[in-house]
Amino acid sequence: MKAFSRLLASLLYSPARNTKLRLLRVYLAETPDPDRGYALAALTGTLAFAEAKPAAVREVARQRLDPVLFDLSYDYVGDLAETVALIWPASDQSHDLRLGEVVETLTLAARAKVPELLEGWLDRLDADARWALIKLLTGGLRVGVSERLAKSALAEHGKVELAEVEEVWHGLDPPYRSLFDWLDRKATRPQIDTSRLFRPLMLAQALEESDLISLDPSDFRAEWKWDGIRVQIVSGPDGARLFSRGGEEVGPAFPDLVDRMSFSAVVDGELLVRRGEEVAPFNDLQQRLNRKKATEKHLADYPAFVRVYDLLFEGEEDLRHLGFDARRARLEAWVARTGLATGVIDLSPLVPFADWEELGRHRLGAGALNAEGLMLKRADSPYVPGRPKGLWFKWKRAADTIDAVLMYAQRGHGKRSSFYSDYTFGLWTSPGGELVPIGKAYFGFTNTELMELDKWVRNHTTDRFGPVRQVEPGLVLEIAFDSAQRSTRHKSGVALRFPRVARIRWDKPAGEADILETLVKRIPA
Amino acid sequence: MRPETWVRPTPAGLFVEPGSFYIDPSSPVDRAVVTHGHSDHARGGNRRVLATAETLAIMKSRFGHDAIGAIQALAYGERIEINGVGVSLAPAGHILGSAQVVLDWQGSRIVVSGDYKRRRDPTCPPFEPIRCDVFITEATFALPVFCHPDDKEEVARLLHSMAVFPERTHLVGVYALGKCQRLIRLLREAGYDQPIYLHGALVGLCDLYREHGVDLGDLRPATEAPPGMFAGVLVLAPPSSLGDRWSRRMADSVLSFASGWMRIKQRAKQRGVELPLVISDHADWGELTQTLDEVGAPEVWVTHGREDALVHHATTRGIRARALSLLGFEEEGS
Repeated sequence: MKAFSRLLASLLYSPARNTKLRLLRVYLAETPDPDRGYALAALTGTLAFAEAKPAAVREVARQRLDPVLFDLSYDYVGDLAETVALIWPASDQSHDLRLGEVVETLTLAARAKVPELLEGWLDRLDADARWALIKLLTGGLRVGVSERLAKSALAEHGKVELAEVEEVWHGLDPPYRSLFDWLDRKATRPQIDTSRLFRPLMLAQALEESDLISLDPSDFRAEWKWDGIRVQIVSGPDGARLFSRGGEEVGPAFPDLVDRMSFSAVVDGELLVRRGEEVAPFNDLQQRLNRKKATEKHLADYPAFVRVYDLLFEGEEDLRHLGFDARRARLEAWVARTGLATGVIDLSPLVPFADWEELGRHRLGAGALNAEGLMLKRADSPYVPGRPKGLWFKWKRAADTIDAVLMYAQRGHGKRSSFYSDYTFGLWTSPGGELVPIGKAYFGFTNTELMELDKWVRNHTTDRFGPVRQVEPGLVLEIAFDSAQRSTRHKSGVALRFPRVARIRWDKPAGEADILETLVKRIPA
Repeated sequence: MRPETWVRPTPAGLFVEPGSFYIDPSSPVDRAVVTHGHSDHARGGNRRVLATAETLAIMKSRFGHDAIGAIQALAYGERIEINGVGVSLAPAGHILGSAQVVLDWQGSRIVVSGDYKRRRDPTCPPFEPIRCDVFITEATFALPVFCHPDDKEEVARLLHSMAVFPERTHLVGVYALGKCQRLIRLLREAGYDQPIYLHGALVGLCDLYREHGVDLGDLRPATEAPPGMFAGVLVLAPPSSLGDRWSRRMADSVLSFASGWMRIKQRAKQRGVELPLVISDHADWGELTQTLDEVGAPEVWVTHGREDALVHHATTRGIRARALSLLGFEEEGS
C-alpha cells in the first residue's frame, strides 16, 4: 500500500500531464503483479467492490474515534477519507500490506466483515497508506488520471502504440496479467473476442459561441443533442449488448431492446423513451434506469428505443477511419435496411442549415423537441476515441432561470469550511403565501460574491441547526437550471436538474420572487 | 483568587491587571511582555518592552531601534517583579528567543505558553513544562488530524526529490523567521553541504541567527545566481513569493512548502505545492495534549487556533477549559 499511496499523493500534487505520465510509468515498471494491475483499475475507476461500501468507513470511525473530535476534524479537512486517515491513532506500522491482498480480500468479503477488516488494516498502515486504502474503498480517487492517461502510460511502458492498448483494454479485467505479459514481452498480445466489445466513444467539446466566428458552416453537419443517455450497441452472432458512455453494460434493464437486435454491427446512439410519436422527457427514462430489472408494466409504460447517429462497425468492417459524411451514408443505408426493422431503432436526422444564424434559430426550438441542444460534427471527422479538439462540438440550449428566495445556508467543506456556501432556495406557494424549498445550489457565484452571501447569511440568521442556518426570506437568487421535472422526494413536487446561482438579485424584493406554479408550468408534460 | 480576576483578554491583548502590563499586545501599550519575535506577537510602538535578548534583537532588526520603545532583556529562568507580579521566562521551543511567560501573584501561577512545540529544534532550547494553576495554550494545530511526522523524514524526502529531479530547481517556501533557519540546520545535519540560495527577505534573519551562534553553512543570495544556474539548486523563499514573478527565473521549479498545514493534502493542492513538507514550529495534537498532562494545570485557557477541539479534550480529562478569544493572531506566523 505504501508504493500505491505514494503514487496517489504524487499524482494528486502534480498538475502537469507529463509528470503524471512519468509517475505512472515508473510505478508500472517498479511494481509487481498483481498490485500494478489493481492500481490501474483503481485509478481508472474499474474497481468496484460489491460488499465493501463507504458506510463501512463511517462505521469504524464512529466506533473508534471521539465523535466530537471527528466532526470538528471532518468540518476542517472536508474529505472523509483524509479525515479518517489523519485522525486514526498511530500504531505498529512496521510491515506493509500488498495492494493485491487488500483488493482480493475486499472482493470476497461479506459486507458484515468489511468494517473489521478495515479496522485491522488501518492499524497496520501509515497515514498516507490509510488514505489510499479508504480512497480505494470509497471509490473516486480524484487524482487527475483519466482512463486515456492510464492507457498512454501503459503504451509508453510497453513501447507500443496507444491504439493497440485501446483495442484490447475493454476486453480485459483487473489485474490485467495478460496485458502486462504482452507489454513486458513475455507473451503475445492478448486475444480478445472483439465481436462483443465496447469501443471507447468519441466525445464533443462544449462550444463557445465565440468559436463560431472561426468555424466555416459548410465544414460541419448538425444533429439534435438528445436528452437521454448515450449508448453503444454492440451486436453480433452471440446477441446484443448495450453499453453506457463509460463502458458499463446497461442491457439487462432493457430486454425490450436487446432481444430485438439480431444484426452484426456497432452503433452509436441515444437511449430514449417515447411517448406516442414524441421523445419523452428525461424523467421517463429515469424510471427505467432506476431499476436493474424492468417489469412488464414498466416496459409498456416507458417504451425505450435507440435513436442512432453513428456506425462504427458494419459486420466485421471497421468504419471508424472514414469521415463523418461517409459513415453517415453507411448509417442511413443500414438503418433503412436493418435498423428500422427492429422496431426499436430509428435515425437521428441531420438538421440542415446554411449559416450559423439559421442554426442558432434551430437551437431555440430544441426545448420543444426535448433535446438538450445541437451537436456539430465536422463533415470529414473520423471516429476518434476520447475528446479530440476541433472535430465535434455540443451547443447546448440556453438554460432556463427562475427567481427563488434563499431559505437555508450550510457551511461548505475544505477551503469553504468557514463559509456558508451551500444554499437551499424556495418559491412562494402563492403571492403572499409560504415558501417551499425547490432545490440547492453551491456554485455559480464568484469568490467575492461568496463572501457577500456569507456575510448576508450571518446577518440574517433566524435559526440554526448544526451547520445549517435558516435565514429571513429576504434575498432573491436567480437560479439557472437545465430542466425541471416532477419529484415525489421533494415537498414542492418539483426537482431541478443542474441548478446553479446565475445572479444574486440584491435589488429584488423577496415578495416579488416567482411562485411555484410558474415553475410547474415549465415541467414537460 | 480566581485567575480571571487578574489576567483577562482585552481588545489590546492579554492584560495582567495587578502588574498593569500586557502580553503580546496587538496595539501599542505602556508596558508589554513579548513571547517571541513573530509579527503577530511582537509589534512596534509600545513604550516599554520586556522579552528575551534574542527576541529583542529580532524586534530591533524588524522594526528598528526607535519603534520598539524602552527595552528590558530577561534571560530564561531569571525572575523580576512588575508591580508585585512575579514574571519569569521559560523556553518555548518555538523559534530563537521564544519564551513562555510565567506569572506569579498572591500564590497563584499562570503560564502563558506563547507559541510552542515539543520536538527538538537545533536553533533553540526545548520547551520546559512548568506546573501551574492556569495554563494558557496556543491551539494552532489543535485537531487530532495534525500529527507532524519526524522532521528528518521530511528533509529526506526533499533530498530524495532533488536526486530524482536533478535538472529542476527546488523552491521551498519557508517563514522568514524560524522555519527558514531550522530547515537549513536540518539540511546541514542531514549532510547537505551545498550552497543554499536565499530570497532577499530571508537574508537579514539568517545573519541574525548566525550572530547568535547558529551555524547555517554556505548561504547565497538567490539574485546572485544567473538564470541558467538554477538547475539542481535549492532556493528558499517566503511563502508569499512562491507564485510570484520573482520565481519565474527558475525554470521548471519543484514547488515545495514547509508548513504544518501541508499535512492536509487538499491544502497543499490548493496552493499548487508539488512537494509538501510537513515541518511545523507549532505543537501538533499529540504535543498539545501531552503538554496539558505535563503542566498539570486544573484550568486551561485555549487561544488562537482551533480552540473547540482542545477545550473538548481537556474537559473530558476533567480539566476546566475555555476558549479565550484574542484578536490579531494569524494562522501560523506568516
